[in-house]
Amino acid sequence: MSAAQPAYDPMKATLTTVGDRALSIAESMGEFTLLIRTSFFWLLRSRVEWRQTVIQMLQIGVQSFPVTAMTSLFTGMVLALQTGSSFRDLFNEPVFTGTIVSFAVVKELGPVMTAMVVSGRAGAAIAAELGTMKVTEQIDALYTLGTDPVRYLVLPRVLAFLVMLPLLTVFSDFAGVIGGCVVSYVKLDVPTNVYWHEVFDHLGHKELFHGLIKTVVFAFCISFICCYKGLFTRGGAEGVGKATTSAVVNSMVSVLIIDYFVTAILVALGLT
Amino acid sequence: MIDAEGVRKSFGARTVLRGVELKVEDGETLVIIGGSGSGKSTFLKCIIGLVRPDGGSIVVDGVDVTKVHDEFHFAEYRRKFGYLFQEAALFDSLTVAENVVFGLRYLTDIPETRYRSIATDKLALVGLKGIEDMKPAELSGGMKKRVALARAIAAEPQYILYDEPTTGLDPIMSDIINDLIIDLKKKLGVTSVAVTHDMKSAYKIADRIAMIYEGKVLEIAHPDIIKITRNAAVRQFIEGRSEGPIRMKIKDYD
Repeated sequence: MSAAQPAYDPMKATLTTVGDRALSIAESMGEFTLLIRTSFFWLLRSRVEWRQTVIQMLQIGVQSFPVTAMTSLFTGMVLALQTGSSFRDLFNEPVFTGTIVSFAVVKELGPVMTAMVVSGRAGAAIAAELGTMKVTEQIDALYTLGTDPVRYLVLPRVLAFLVMLPLLTVFSDFAGVIGGCVVSYVKLDVPTNVYWHEVFDHLGHKELFHGLIKTVVFAFCISFICCYKGLFTRGGAEGVGKATTSAVVNSMVSVLIIDYFVTAILVALGLT
Repeated sequence: MIDAEGVRKSFGARTVLRGVELKVEDGETLVIIGGSGSGKSTFLKCIIGLVRPDGGSIVVDGVDVTKVHDEFHFAEYRRKFGYLFQEAALFDSLTVAENVVFGLRYLTDIPETRYRSIATDKLALVGLKGIEDMKPAELSGGMKKRVALARAIAAEPQYILYDEPTTGLDPIMSDIINDLIIDLKKKLGVTSVAVTHDMKSAYKIADRIAMIYEGKVLEIAHPDIIKITRNAAVRQFIEGRSEGPIRMKIKDYD
């Protein structure tokens, strides 16, 4: 005779599910924090893998340039079209188009759009590459060959992100403002000298600095999230797919959330 | 010498090692056999410090790896080892030569100018030449294994750990790898631990064979003794019979 099955307790089952989930989140946060700590450890205790860093700079930065510039160009164009048309309806002329486009692009849209595009392009590539290395034991092989994957793989990617994302953002800002200028001239009949006057009368180094500070924080978060997701991939090909998706989604959501809080801090500090 | 005592390891609720006791003498080749999921590879990873045991000790030349905590000391400890991975684990983005000499930068003080000739020498030692500039994706399974073997011996380790060295290879290539393992032992005088369930390979390369079953060493002896063992579980395994004391829990894998 078989033993009696214990009665199903919905409360216990719910608590178990919630508890398991909470433990899993706490474990992930611990692993993520340790990854950041280990990266700082290797940054301070060993020589940086410059060759790897330069390769990553090319892959993350140079190869992302066309897509980020294109995104910003059209964002600036549509922004100019929307604001110019609205202002023409309200005030009979498209005033301050240059000011609005440049402020929006340099302080907000340039950094955020660039971070989003680079998350999707380079971040996904990082997670997929490290994930594949993990499931094919290449990460373990690094340990057996005397180096640490954080030193050899993570640190160069983080440094490349920290250098290249701000640079890409500067180019994106420029592309966005240029896009606004073209549309203002072609569609709204705003002379280019008027547009550039509106841009430079109000836009200063503080605005550029505001955008770049955010970009550095985005670079830090995206690079660590994507490296973390890659390094902690579990399972085979399916695991790599999940890790890549998760890396992109988490990076993008983080960029939007962090954007608000960093902006709030900068506004509180008077960097507006 | 590798001296493992009471090595225990669990992954969540699943206990893999329940107190493994093993000694590997200098210069010998110990082959560990056992069914899939019996913990052989886990034990090998415990030796090199890729997996931290929950209990017990693994002492290699006076250093207990279970007491090593920081990466600097782990790197120092791992200097003594070469490790051949089951699927070779070559770095896709690097050429064959770069793969072979990869560890030299971190494990030795050899100047970079000598790397190319070292790569050529080590590849020749495993019977390969003229493939230095190829990428791992262009190689066959057997060639990948041999390149991985060349990489494992590049820094001239004292110990080589082989994880399923012949798995996935045809019988002739398996025998070539077996011969290479024997050759390396003769030429380099290394101490080796190989994990396999290929009995032909085990008999050929082993000085002693140890069988792990249910997380413990069931028997350890010379290959000729293992062949005539009276232990029913070991007999069942080496003869490859489905009937016997070892019951494969098919439902565990569902």
